[in-house]
Amino acid sequence: MYTQAMDTAPKDATPAVRSADEAALQTRFDARIDAGEFIEAKDWMPAHYRKTLIRQISQHAHSEIVGMLPEGNWITRAPTLKRKAILLAKVQDEGGHGLYLYAAAETLGVSRDELLEALHSGQAKYSSIFNYPTLTWADVGTIGWLVDGAAIMNQVPICRCSYAPYARAMIRICREESFHQRQGFDALLTMMQQGTDAQRAMVQDAVNRWWWPCLMMFGPPDDQSPNSAQGMRWGIKRISNDELRQKFVDATVEQARVLGVSLPDPALQWNAARGHWDFGAIDWSEFWQVVGGEGPCNRERLSARVNAWQAGAWVREAAMAHAQKHTIQQEAA
Amino acid sequence: MQASISIHDSPELRYVLRLADTCLILAQRLGQWCGHAPVLEEDIALTNMALDLIGQARALYTHAGDLHATLNGVRYDEDQLAFLRDERDYFNPTLVELPNALDGSAAPGDFAQTVLRNCMIASLLVLVWTALLRSNDKALAAIAEKAIKEARYHQQHYADWVVRLGDGTDVSAKRMQHALGLLWPYVSELFVEDAIDRAAATQGLGPAWSTLRASWMSQMQSVLEAAQLQVPQLNAFCSTGRCGVHSEHMGFLLAEMQHLQRAYPGAVW
Repeated sequence: MYTQAMDTAPKDATPAVRSADEAALQTRFDARIDAGEFIEAKDWMPAHYRKTLIRQISQHAHSEIVGMLPEGNWITRAPTLKRKAILLAKVQDEGGHGLYLYAAAETLGVSRDELLEALHSGQAKYSSIFNYPTLTWADVGTIGWLVDGAAIMNQVPICRCSYAPYARAMIRICREESFHQRQGFDALLTMMQQGTDAQRAMVQDAVNRWWWPCLMMFGPPDDQSPNSAQGMRWGIKRISNDELRQKFVDATVEQARVLGVSLPDPALQWNAARGHWDFGAIDWSEFWQVVGGEGPCNRERLSARVNAWQAGAWVREAAMAHAQKHTIQQEAA
Repeated sequence: MQASISIHDSPELRYVLRLADTCLILAQRLGQWCGHAPVLEEDIALTNMALDLIGQARALYTHAGDLHATLNGVRYDEDQLAFLRDERDYFNPTLVELPNALDGSAAPGDFAQTVLRNCMIASLLVLVWTALLRSNDKALAAIAEKAIKEARYHQQHYADWVVRLGDGTDVSAKRMQHALGLLWPYVSELFVEDAIDRAAATQGLGPAWSTLRASWMSQMQSVLEAAQLQVPQLNAFCSTGRCGVHSEHMGFLLAEMQHLQRAYPGAVW
């Protein structure tokens, strides 16, 4: 589900070209990017491009599997069998997205185990939206509507990412995300239009808590995101953080009106001159606090992943041992 | 708080509810694994089995609601049946309601106990659904036709895991044998013959589960043999969930599952 626009350049990036051959390859690579061609796994690519992609794709994959936790929290309490089935299917989709994305990252020469190790050690990031808690059932619908809605805005441009395996994975993921977004909206609409006052209050409370963190999902403002330009140059990033954020606000205001909820921003108003909705200042200190590990659920989320991995070590070892025995028996036969 | 519904005391209805509750309550336990499985592929597989079981339960509850309407004119929908009964009106075998780690060894569960139970229940459901294909209740036969394909896959998948872990490492073999010791005592209940099953068999509604015992034992023994596990002796203990008298774990499971339906009377979700 949810990639988060962040600084896309590794800190140790060294774009140095070492030889005439590499310089020629680099020139050809740049020309292909400029021509809008896709890069495949076996094609030559600059080391910096490869590292940037590994970082972004794995961050996205980690977000999918960490994102299973806050919604998974409500599976056993889903209020109807239909909603329980929808939620199970949705969380299952997220696991599937994690799988596609880890596989896409593996085409760049890194293993899933290495990527998980980076997650578990805290070296790799995941979308900070999942460090917020799901306190009521309305949070599940709100995540579908707003968080998946923001994710779709972020992810649709990645379907045209210059790295083809990532772009192909994103096409399928975006289709499923659109479905999730509609399911979330439908769950909220049912509560708002057919539910009780207590349910409507539950929805409004959830929207109030998730709105600002969702706006932060698009990443820092463009003037504080210096490496975005390199991502744009390479065709990894297509649209700037601020443009995507504005697009999301413009689309969401009307949806909120249909739902009958207010958005918790007194500065929200239509600007006819710009042709967009103006919105209030985002508290970026909160964003950096949560990205930095001081959000409401950072420790719980990462611990849950680490514990699942460690507690499952004996299962993975047994599966490997059994497979090896089986292989030896087959070879002997 | 939303009050409980009362269920007509009909053997036919109880027979259908036994099967529906088996599916729902096991799905509820599997849902607890979401996001916590040893590998991503198995996280998805556990969720997938839960999803299949929920689908089967929904079809069965809808059918049970129709049966209830013909019995006393009161039609319950799937959610009333799933969420608004008292504990004694759930008729699943005790095995499916047990925590994912019955010995409290791990949260959200022990993978050995989980795959073993999935294998045991899927093996049972394959036999039940197969017999129900011949039910004189056409709706039940139609549900069986769809469900059998899913149950076969679950049986195959989790039998593979029982073998893989039983015949994996020393650690995994010990854990599987321990799981078998914990869960095997709940086998007896699955095949107890009673008036409800006898009525169903006599009417051609479905099999008495007691008649499935030999086939089930044979299948499980071949899986456990391949897994190099020792089948424990059954002792005098016999659980009674299918009669509505459950383990001390069931109340917690229901409290969690029913929470929103109970807490918000008149709500629409």
